[in-house]
This record gives sequence, C-alpha cells and structure tokens, in this order.
Amino acid sequence: MKTKINTFWRYRFLLSNLIGRDLKIKYRRSKLGIRWSVLNPLLMMLVMTAVFSAFFRFDIPNYPVYLLSGNLLFTFFNDSTNAAMGSVLYSAPLIKKVYVPKYIFPLEKSCFSFINLLFSMVALLVVMILTRQQFHASIIAAIIPMFFMFLFCMGIGLFLSAAAIYFRDVMHFWTVIVMALNYATPIFYPESIWNGTFMMYAGRINPLYWYVSTFRGCIIDGVFPSGLQIALCAIFALISIVVGARLFRKTQDNFILYI
Amino acid sequence: MEPIISVNNVSMRFNLATEKVDSLKEYFIKLTKGSLKFEEFWALNDVSIEVMPGDFYGLVGLNGSGKSTLLKTIAGVLKPTKGSVTVRGTIAPLIELGAGFDMDLTARENIYLNGAVLGFSKKFMDEHFQEIVDFSELHNFLDVPLKNYSSGMVARIAFAIATVTDPDILIADEVLAVGDYTFQQKCEKRMKQLIDNGTTVLFVSHSIEQVKSLCNKATWLEHGKIIMSGDAQTVCDEYSKRY
Repeated sequence: MKTKINTFWRYRFLLSNLIGRDLKIKYRRSKLGIRWSVLNPLLMMLVMTAVFSAFFRFDIPNYPVYLLSGNLLFTFFNDSTNAAMGSVLYSAPLIKKVYVPKYIFPLEKSCFSFINLLFSMVALLVVMILTRQQFHASIIAAIIPMFFMFLFCMGIGLFLSAAAIYFRDVMHFWTVIVMALNYATPIFYPESIWNGTFMMYAGRINPLYWYVSTFRGCIIDGVFPSGLQIALCAIFALISIVVGARLFRKTQDNFILYI
Repeated sequence: MEPIISVNNVSMRFNLATEKVDSLKEYFIKLTKGSLKFEEFWALNDVSIEVMPGDFYGLVGLNGSGKSTLLKTIAGVLKPTKGSVTVRGTIAPLIELGAGFDMDLTARENIYLNGAVLGFSKKFMDEHFQEIVDFSELHNFLDVPLKNYSSGMVARIAFAIATVTDPDILIADEVLAVGDYTFQQKCEKRMKQLIDNGTTVLFVSHSIEQVKSLCNKATWLEHGKIIMSGDAQTVCDEYSKRY
C-alpha cells in the first residue's frame, strides 16, 4: 500500500502534465479558448430552455437554473466516463514502451472532466444572477454531491476502461446506457412527473438521481443535504470505486496483450 | 556484491488468438461452441540472467529471439507469466525513443510531458530543461509543434530527455541507429560518460562488432531460450561461427 502511494506521488507530475495536455489540445486554435467551457453550457441551456418552454410546460420555478444544474452534472458524467473508457486504449503506444501506472489514464480523464465541470460552474453562477435566483448558504454544501459524483464517475471510468480493452463492444453499448440514463434522470423534467408510475421507485435506484437532486437542493432550494442523501451519494461512490478499481487491478497486467 | 538486475526463470507467454475475437457476441458464440482456441507462444522460456553493477551487458540474437521482450520485462512494461525480475535502481529506458510524445504539442511541452512519463518531477525538469535543449540543439524550434519536426529531430529530444538523469541502469535497444552521424557520435559520447559514472547498461544490437567492442558480458538468445551466457568475447565468437 505504501509503495503504491509512493508511486502515485511520483507520477503526480505526469497526471498534471496529461491534464495540461488535454486542456491545450481541446482549446488549441480557438479564439475564446477555455472560455468555451462557460460559453458552451450557456448556449446549450439557451437552446434547451427555448425548446422545452415551447413544447413542454413544466411547472418548475426558475427553469433555466433547474435545467442547467442538472445538465452540467450529467454532461460531466457523460464526458468523464466516455473519455476514461477509451483512455487506456488510446495510450497503447505509450503503455507498450514505458512503464507507467496504467490507472493514471482513466484517472486523468476523470480529473480533466471535473476541472471542466468546475469551470462550467461559472455559467451556472451567471444564470443564477441573471435570473435573480436567491443565493443560500447551502450553496457551499453543493461540493458534497459534486465530490462524491466525481468518485462515482472515476470508478465507472476505471471499470469501462478495463472492460473496453477486452471487448470493444462496451464502447458502443455505453452510449445507449448513457442515453437511457439521461431520460431516467430528472434533468429537463420535474421529478413530479414520476408520481404514480413505476419510476417513483425505479428512478430512485439511479445514482445520478441522488447526485443531481442533492446538488439542486443545495443550489436552488437552499437546503443542506440530509443524512440519507449524503449516505447514498457516498455509498454509490464507494461501490463504484471498489468494483472499478478491483476489475482494473485484476486485469491490468494483461492489457498490453490486447491493445 | 548484489546483482543490480536479476531475472529468475522468466517465461513470457503470449496468446496468439487463432481467430481474432474482438466482440462479446463472437466470444460467447465461440465459447459455447467450445471453439475458443488460443495458440500459445512462449516469447521467453525459462530465462535467467544476472547483471552486476557497472556491467555493459549485451543481448544478441536474431529477430524474434526474445531480446526486446526480455528488455520489456526488465523495464516493467511486461509482467512475466512465470518467474520474477528484480531491479535495484532507477532505469532509463531507451527502448523506443519518443514514447509518449504528442505530435500536436510543441517541443517545450513535450519535453515536460515526456519527462513526466519517465517519472521525473517538475522541479527536476525545470532544473534540467536547459540541459536538454542544449544537448538536442533545438533552441530555435522550441515552440513549434512536434509534427513539423523531422524524425531525426524528434529522436534527438527523446535521447536528451531519457539520458538527462544519471540512471543506475540504461536500457538501449538499437537506439544508436537514429540521427545523423554527428548526433550518433554525441549519443555514444553521452553513453560513455554515463558508464564512467557507474551506470549499468543493457544493450541490444544486431551489430555483433558493436557488442564485442562495447560489452563485457553477453547473452545469446534464440527462440526465447538462452543458448549461451557469459563473457562477451566468447559469446560473440560462438555467435559469429553459427551465422
């Protein structure tokens, strides 16, 4: 265990370098650069707000903030898991030649997406100010669901990156799962439309539901996360990390034979 | 004295899938039909070598004899199927130069990235940045994306980064075959300098003359098995007789 931590510490510079590389490449040759991580969710939100206020009339106070807060978290989930999934595969040329701890690659993608999420939070703040959303003290507690969601996504990323090496099908299948989860999580619709359907129960098994609703509670409703919410957020994160890390560790020595 | 590298009864197995199975569906179909066959291929078979500190150790053999596989197990890239490898010290792998370069990044960015891949710290890279630039003679091109470089220039940076430390062990796999003549001279000089500082070198080359002139010990591999191990002169002479 101690040597593991030492190795990780030794490679922290690699982690930060890879994150830096991703940032540079993502915004290379764009005039606005990193500002896109704020601008992009803002514009998306404008489109979606326009669409959903025209077609569906949901009874949600301050719909823009509701939509954006859900969407930002979901985008983070989508981005980080997808990027992590291919990370080991795409680093094949490197892994075949030098020894580097392989978990660094999915880990880096999770961190990179999380940093993007943090930048995008500026967009949420802007919309909150523009829509005169009241600021509550509980906004600070929003970091709790965000943190656990980060761990949750990291675990999934580890799992997927290992699985995708043996079966590339995983990569195709995952897009379908993500889409299903997008509809199964109250992102653009209110939770109340579940009332009276099986989703009242089924929807609550979905970890993303808990991250999104806890987050919104802190931002919009001004309530601090309840004990149950924190416990569930943490348990889902823990399960995901343990399962993901175990699969990754058990299979990593054979990666090189399949990439 | 303790050996700096001990390779104990290492065997390395690769599965050559007779039919390439890449999808889950295929896998299950094959599995249920019982036709999931793997052809085993032993790239290394019960190989043991010991390298003492300060050795200049050569590996000779034909293509596919397992030299590179052996180097990769020592470098930690491959984990042996059987046996164990113990390495006491830091390794600078010159197995394939420029692993981990990102062609979209500039030379400056790549120097840091590659240093990080080799496990150097930020402080270390800051201190040695100038040294790397001087050695590779690329002052004017530092902020040019690597994709605009010639392969020789890329190799120069890679060599400069990999040898910037004083590693305990240097693994060199036919690296001296890159770059122009003057740069090759420079590389050889740098390697000599490292050896004078007490670095142990593991060296793979197809040029038997090079092995003879540089190495003090050598191992001859064939089809993943050791044919002969010992004094470089004797091993090389036997090898030359055979081919």
